[in-house]
Amino acid sequence: MAKSIDISDLSIYYGDFLAVEGVTLTIPARSVTALIGPSGCGKSTFLRTLNRMHEVIPGARVEGKVIIDGQSLYDDAVDPVEVRRMVGMVFQRPNPFPTMSIYENVLAGLRLNNKKLSKSDADSVVEKALRGANLWNEVKDRLGKPGMGLSGGQQQRLCIARAIAVEPQVLLMDEPCSALDPISTSAIEDLIHELKAEYTIVIVTHNMQQAARVSEDTGFFNLAGAGKPGRLIEFNPTKKIFSVPDQEATEAYISGRFG
Amino acid sequence: MTSVTTETGSPKRRLGDLVFANTTRAAGVTILVALAGVAIFLTAEGLPAVGAKAPDLKGHSNLLTYVAPLVFGTLLAAVIALVIAVPLALGVALSVSHYAPKPVAVGIGYLVDLLAAVPSVVYGLWGIGFLGPRLIPVYQWLADHLGFIPFFDGPASNTGRTILTASIVLAIMILPIVTAISREIFAQTPRLNEEAALALGATRWEMIRLAVLPYARSGIVSAAMLGLGRALGETMAVAMVLSASGVVTWDLISSTNPSTIAANVALTFQDATGLQRNALIASGLVLFVITFVVNFAARAIVERNDPGKAR
Repeated sequence: MAKSIDISDLSIYYGDFLAVEGVTLTIPARSVTALIGPSGCGKSTFLRTLNRMHEVIPGARVEGKVIIDGQSLYDDAVDPVEVRRMVGMVFQRPNPFPTMSIYENVLAGLRLNNKKLSKSDADSVVEKALRGANLWNEVKDRLGKPGMGLSGGQQQRLCIARAIAVEPQVLLMDEPCSALDPISTSAIEDLIHELKAEYTIVIVTHNMQQAARVSEDTGFFNLAGAGKPGRLIEFNPTKKIFSVPDQEATEAYISGRFG
Repeated sequence: MTSVTTETGSPKRRLGDLVFANTTRAAGVTILVALAGVAIFLTAEGLPAVGAKAPDLKGHSNLLTYVAPLVFGTLLAAVIALVIAVPLALGVALSVSHYAPKPVAVGIGYLVDLLAAVPSVVYGLWGIGFLGPRLIPVYQWLADHLGFIPFFDGPASNTGRTILTASIVLAIMILPIVTAISREIFAQTPRLNEEAALALGATRWEMIRLAVLPYARSGIVSAAMLGLGRALGETMAVAMVLSASGVVTWDLISSTNPSTIAANVALTFQDATGLQRNALIASGLVLFVITFVVNFAARAIVERNDPGKAR
């Protein structure tokens, strides 16, 4: 189910503004890849091109290639809706659908695929997804309650359950813990460890300890200079990035001597 | 009104605060006084009509049988207007907030707002002079082919001045307010919720169904209720368009139509004397109460499922 992602010479624009320039890298399957770097360097922008969420913003476009499982995401024939069903995403702030119950939130993605689910199938999908997101034991007695009634960390795990319920090939996480307390963060990190057995995970994080804890590989993004586009400075195994990085700039950022 | 009882901090009262607080308080009280004044007037002047007899009530034996057909006509016209206007308004609002490219959306929004600025007399003229005559063949067709439905029982009016024409005019008149309010609500849908739907692979319509409409539900209800309130009270356009004979009928396309309270007052008040006037004012009181109930109902619905309160 999990697939690797090949990105070659990807440049990302907002209108005429070049936000990220010339990214080339291969994200391996069934592992966690972390993207780190200062604010505004284009990590999240880059992440959003991997499921074509980038183009939701008017005027946004890309040049270059993103290939998942031999399929180029930006071919004319490719429907962005299909891409997003294949590549799940978890956002910075938990965003369960406010009017839906926990149960319906988990099923939202499947319902979109117009699948007629029998009650027992639906029940088992919900249980599997919530177990997969380590949330089942906390919510199994109140599946009919609104998703908004959960704590922030539980809501975020609900969003992860919602994303994995459709069994995507790739899971993108855009600073999934930045709105959460340390205990919830730890729960999500444990979950990421478990999920990588089945999914290709790409996570953007501001927290370098988190990148070091959860990821196999790390990409460091930085601005080429004030007013210049963001670039991928270095992409290496996480161990190497955090001990003997190839680039001076990476070393400076990681050791806090940035700027 | 007696909210600021627990003043903490410095006991010093600043002049600016005092002036502002009292000005706003006065403004708030003015509304209550005006409303109470209207209610008292309507009740005091309407009460004598309770004992009125046939000669003063256009042949009706008591006040109830006089007002009831008017209430029926008022509600019928307003509800049909709402049935026509709300889907249209939601469509316009959605196209402005989520579909049309920005320049087009701005243009459409501006034009719809312009509809609200047209005086109701003009709508009335348009209804009589333009819309009505052009609907005659439509009514004829409806009577011929769909006559089995009570609404289109016929015989079709040959002036086009039916309650359906009046309702269509009303629908266009309430379109701007319903559109404007729902457009605002749609535009306020949290980006987070929209992206949640899109990231799951929702098409634009599915995104609207998953994120926008649930968020806007209570707003849509209040928009519709405000539109209903306006349709209930609209006078001039209905008075001009409708050829009313004060009957109670579900037939929407014939030349015998129920009248509405507001139109009836406007058309007959000038010539009314004595108890006739009291009867008209009593019917006004009924309209007052109906609009009040509608507004309260709208409030109640909005309060009950306000997405903002779930947080």
